[in-house]
Amino acid sequence: MMLSMQHKAFALALSLSVLAGCSSTGDTMEDEGYGSDVSAVDQEGGSTVYGGDDGSGVSSTGLTDSERLEAREQAQKAEAAAMRKITTFYFDFDTAEINSESRDVLIAHAAFLASSPRTNVRLVGHADERGTKEYNLALGERRANAVQRFLVVNGASRDQLETVSYGEESPAVSGSTESAWAQNRRVEMIFQ
Amino acid sequence: MDFETMSNRKAARQESGASRFVSLRGIWRWLSASLLAISFALPVQAELLIRITEGVDAAIPLAVVPFSKSGDFPAGDDVGDIVRDDLTMSGEFKPLAASRMLSLPSRSEDVYYRDWKMLGQRYLLVGELTLEAGKVNARYELFDVNTEKRLLGETSSAPLKGMRGLAHHISDKVYEAITGIPGAFSTRLAFVTLETGGGKRIYKLQVSDVDGQRASVRLESNEPILSPAWSPDGKSLAYVSFETGRPAVYIHELSNGKRTMIASFSGLNSAPDWSPDGRSLLLTLSKDGNAEIYKMDIASRSLKRLTNHWSIDTEGNWDAKGRGFLFTSDRSGGPQVYLKTSETAEPKRLTFGSRYNARPRFGPEGKYFYYVHQRDGSFHIARMNIETGNETILTKTNLDESPSVSPNGRLLIYATKQNDKSVLTVISSDGGANYTLPAAIGDVREPAWSPMLN
Repeated sequence: MMLSMQHKAFALALSLSVLAGCSSTGDTMEDEGYGSDVSAVDQEGGSTVYGGDDGSGVSSTGLTDSERLEAREQAQKAEAAAMRKITTFYFDFDTAEINSESRDVLIAHAAFLASSPRTNVRLVGHADERGTKEYNLALGERRANAVQRFLVVNGASRDQLETVSYGEESPAVSGSTESAWAQNRRVEMIFQ
Repeated sequence: MDFETMSNRKAARQESGASRFVSLRGIWRWLSASLLAISFALPVQAELLIRITEGVDAAIPLAVVPFSKSGDFPAGDDVGDIVRDDLTMSGEFKPLAASRMLSLPSRSEDVYYRDWKMLGQRYLLVGELTLEAGKVNARYELFDVNTEKRLLGETSSAPLKGMRGLAHHISDKVYEAITGIPGAFSTRLAFVTLETGGGKRIYKLQVSDVDGQRASVRLESNEPILSPAWSPDGKSLAYVSFETGRPAVYIHELSNGKRTMIASFSGLNSAPDWSPDGRSLLLTLSKDGNAEIYKMDIASRSLKRLTNHWSIDTEGNWDAKGRGFLFTSDRSGGPQVYLKTSETAEPKRLTFGSRYNARPRFGPEGKYFYYVHQRDGSFHIARMNIETGNETILTKTNLDESPSVSPNGRLLIYATKQNDKSVLTVISSDGGANYTLPAAIGDVREPAWSPMLN
């Protein structure tokens, strides 16, 4: 599926609207050690971006404000659902920093989890094969914890999120190439 | 990366690794139903092969004459062959091929030193075997060819099914008589094999002789098994198993297969290492937030936290000489080796000059420690003199892991990759490849060399 920048901005706008109602945002940053890994998304930036009316086939003429709002919400939900199809998040070597591509998707997941408190997720951290198995086990845990914190900061409940690390034991792709390693340094969200 | 490439990449990944992805989910579903396929002490089969990789120029020329036999020996294992292979694998000897021998003596009265001098041999081992009532008796003698003196003259015996053990015992005696250092041929290896295929992953924790023979499976699981560590008495292994869907540390008594789950706190339970007195374990736990090293008293299960830092602290290893413990920490920004000389002392960083140094293991003499070292993008095994800080890179392979030193300090086993498969390689502890032990099927990894046994 093609996701344009416009749509991306649309989904961001959705997540921001959810965030606006979340008073606990930022309160969960108690773990100083990982401050660099996690930060709440900038709530100011992008708030003026709207897009979605054109190209959706919906003409504004003849629609009431509430109908227009509903159409927009439908489109937003569809885009957020599309984003949430991405459930794997990648990392650089020996880091647990959530990269910019992952952020918007994780925000969409956090919004969904906030609105669906009975949904539980297992966050499984992985490392590539390089280096030692035990260090990689700890690194996979650090990655899973970083994703967990990011989701909590953005509205999910900690109780919904279980973490486990498989270290380098469960590669997504076998082989000793840069490409395989890049695809193996990841956190997978498994919806229970 | 934009969203398009991200979803494409994911699609590509699922295409190429579809079966594994599915199997992982399947395993979780299956675990939730509490159906664990764990079995013990499966039938013996040779899982490892031996490939001698490199001779050593300075190796000592030695002749092992095929042992004479009286009695109805079954075909198969031959004591003389096993002794010759042991000494070859040590990397310190260059045995003479039997086809080049001018005579085949089995007793001292038949030895003509002149023959062996002509062939440039330094030592000569001869022997004879008798089989009586299911018991093998070996009588063997070792000679110094130059001084024309007998260095060793012994008899040993074992039941027929223990013939390989008898051969390793003879190898130990010969090795010690020549080098003055106890042989480690009668010790054991623990390792983990991994077979993948048909959407399944089968991990097997195995124990074998040091030549990979007489392997027996001690634990089999569809979930990872990691970090086997021998108790100082050689009777138990501690290891990490994911059989419950999460990492937990177990102690496994080898004689009876009795297992005890000793650590299953929330988060990580990993990296077990026995204290020299065998009473406690170093463990890496993350129950208090992130990976830290704890000491657990095995009898009481009481825990004492030994590190306290927001970074990863793991891979603890006791110094048998009582100088504290080594561990890996990324508190400086990347993994490095630290020494903590007491429970309260500030950790001292030992490795510098490379951004990745991890999983330290002391050699038995306590002079060196061995670790995984990254240089120019490759991962090697290095060793450091703990007094001088001198660092030597020991391996030429890449993606090297899990160094473990033989209890006599002479050999080092580690895991590396060959043709995308994990294999075990044994080298001299000061460098020089000796032999590899690839698995008959799949990968073999996580070698742990036992202490001296009995």
